[in-house]
Amino acid sequence: MSLRAPGLTAAAFILVLLFGTLAAVALRAEPGAGLAPADWAALRFTVSQALVSAGLSVALAVPVARALARRSFPGRGLLVTLLGAPFLLPVIVAIVGLLAVFGRNGLLSLVLGWVGLPPVQIYGFHGVVLAHVFFNLPLATRMILQGWLSIPAERFRLAASLGAPIGAILERPMLRQAVPGAFLVIFLICLTSFAVALTLGGGPRATTVELAIYQALRFEFDLGHAARLGLVQVALTAVAAALVWRIAVPDAMGAGLDRVVPRWDGSRGVDAAWIGLAALFLLVPLGAIGVRGAAGLADVPASIWPAALRSVSVALVSTALTMALALALVLRGGRLAFFAGVLPLAASALVVGTGLFIVVRPFVNPTVLALPVTALVNALLALPFAVRVLAPAHERAEAGFGRLADSLALTGTARLRLVLLPRMRRALGFGAGLAAALSMGDLGVIALFAGTGGETLPLAMFRLMGSYRMAAAAGTGLILVALSLALFWAFDRGGRVDARA
Amino acid sequence: MLALEGLRLEQGAFALKADLTVATGAIVALIGPSGAGKSTLLAAIAGFLKPVAGRVLWDGVDLGGLAPGERPVAMLFQEGNLFPHLSVAENIGLALTPRLRLSEAERARVAEVLGRVGLDGLGDRLPGDLSGGQQSRAALARVLLQDRPLVLLDEPFAALGPGLRDEMLALTAEVLGGAGRTLLLVSHEPREAARIAGETIFVAGGRAEAPAPTEALLADPPPALREYLGG
Repeated sequence: MSLRAPGLTAAAFILVLLFGTLAAVALRAEPGAGLAPADWAALRFTVSQALVSAGLSVALAVPVARALARRSFPGRGLLVTLLGAPFLLPVIVAIVGLLAVFGRNGLLSLVLGWVGLPPVQIYGFHGVVLAHVFFNLPLATRMILQGWLSIPAERFRLAASLGAPIGAILERPMLRQAVPGAFLVIFLICLTSFAVALTLGGGPRATTVELAIYQALRFEFDLGHAARLGLVQVALTAVAAALVWRIAVPDAMGAGLDRVVPRWDGSRGVDAAWIGLAALFLLVPLGAIGVRGAAGLADVPASIWPAALRSVSVALVSTALTMALALALVLRGGRLAFFAGVLPLAASALVVGTGLFIVVRPFVNPTVLALPVTALVNALLALPFAVRVLAPAHERAEAGFGRLADSLALTGTARLRLVLLPRMRRALGFGAGLAAALSMGDLGVIALFAGTGGETLPLAMFRLMGSYRMAAAAGTGLILVALSLALFWAFDRGGRVDARA
Repeated sequence: MLALEGLRLEQGAFALKADLTVATGAIVALIGPSGAGKSTLLAAIAGFLKPVAGRVLWDGVDLGGLAPGERPVAMLFQEGNLFPHLSVAENIGLALTPRLRLSEAERARVAEVLGRVGLDGLGDRLPGDLSGGQQSRAALARVLLQDRPLVLLDEPFAALGPGLRDEMLALTAEVLGGAGRTLLLVSHEPREAARIAGETIFVAGGRAEAPAPTEALLADPPPALREYLGG
């Protein structure tokens, strides 16, 4: 069997799923009905919060990345690793951490109270932006740090010996390349972020298009309205994705961020301040998740355990599907497979979910399909990341051992089993870990489909928060994080342990 | 007999022409400046590079339509001749079958070639646990077991020290030479290769010359070869 054949099926499956659901949404949209004023408000809010979130994330990331690029200190490696953590952190759990620090009863309000100031208010526009910066400042920092470390150390040495302005001749050209890509990627992420708006937004002035889709479907029971909003969301992400497509996006997953380039400029104090502030902004909410979560464990209701089982099952099914699709696409290679592999980045989980809702509703009660649909959509959303991890590993395996395999007539499944899979083992483990953690933490389609029971851990957390059981929610959050990290660790470790040479 | 008929190879701006035959059972060195196309020529014979024009024939049969694994060719590359995640015995066993589980008879044959290259009892090791010289021996053992009439060696011993390289060349000639096998080996050290190769193909200036007796060629080199050898 040719190893390229399954990739065609995989690509077709992905494209049919994405465009089929889009078609279902478009057919249901009754475009004549137009958009209500509230829909326009949602559109404006979505774009403005994404612009501000992306702008702030990148603007703050530049000094932090520069400080990390030129300062070496104990714990630097750990900090750079932790910058990758928000990617794996379930959004809803991070919200609990942010509430613990920036909420009405949070640390910040407590400190303000000591000096007689009123507590801060986290809900609304600035809360949504705060959460987005929390998630994306680390991502932007990693992307821009990659840019800094791509400048060869000799150039800094040469510039220093000539007394040349490093900013003008080395750093600004690099930033001109790295910053637009980082900005657009984060802009795109913020356009499609649902759980943040669900928890910290809401109301007429802080509703995103995706949140409006959810409300139209769950509370107004108006499929036509949901579908019209779905088209708006697709148009929005399509424009942003087209912009990202045209621009070189810096790498945030790349290794080698542990290097420090010796430099002879800049103030130690200022760099230390930037690193310190960024670390505090990242670590205090993470710490709060641990502290509040541990305190709340006793309040966790027993119904959490079936939810945990559901979450793990969904994550495992979703991971298997992601890895099968990603492997098939990577083995196929070429433009079609590449396109199918990156397209889900621009997809909106809520739109795909709405499309599936429209398609299945004439036949079954969508609630029954909540878990399978969640696993399917999660697999789709994790796919671009898995492909991103597997593709270079496959390339290395073929470059290093392809000719040897050819000369031994190892083709088809024998090549896969004896050469490719063993050589790609680490990447397979890491990719599966990512897919599992992403699925564990997802709060998107499940909110659209789930009935009163049948909830996953993130949805259970959201419902606890909705009934103001914050301690129980925090305890559940800790369990969710522990399970996500355990799954990630198990898969990632599986790729390393006993990996012979 | 290996015949290259009006063969023309291109890779970007690089082009190489070859029109020559190599007698069955000969051991032939390919020498020439780096970048002249010695490895490219081997790649074309092995089936990794499609010629722009001309044919590669073995005993009169055109190899053009055959995949690398289907050709009567075994090849040793500059590096990566063993899969690092498979044991030495498993690596060698791939010469017989893509199943890792070998039959009793197959295991005996693997053990036999291991003995021939002086690696008795090391079959269970991973390649990474062997020295560079031992890895080369294991790769030779696999080629021996592949038992193809034409063996291509693309400087597989380049990373070894001079002494070990000599030893490996001698071992190559000893275990692979004879039995009617034809050997083509790329070399950077013409005088080193001369010890085992009776004939030499000089590759330079976009052309692979027909094989000539090594002794005579090195004793009285034509101008281009003289320039390459440096007096």
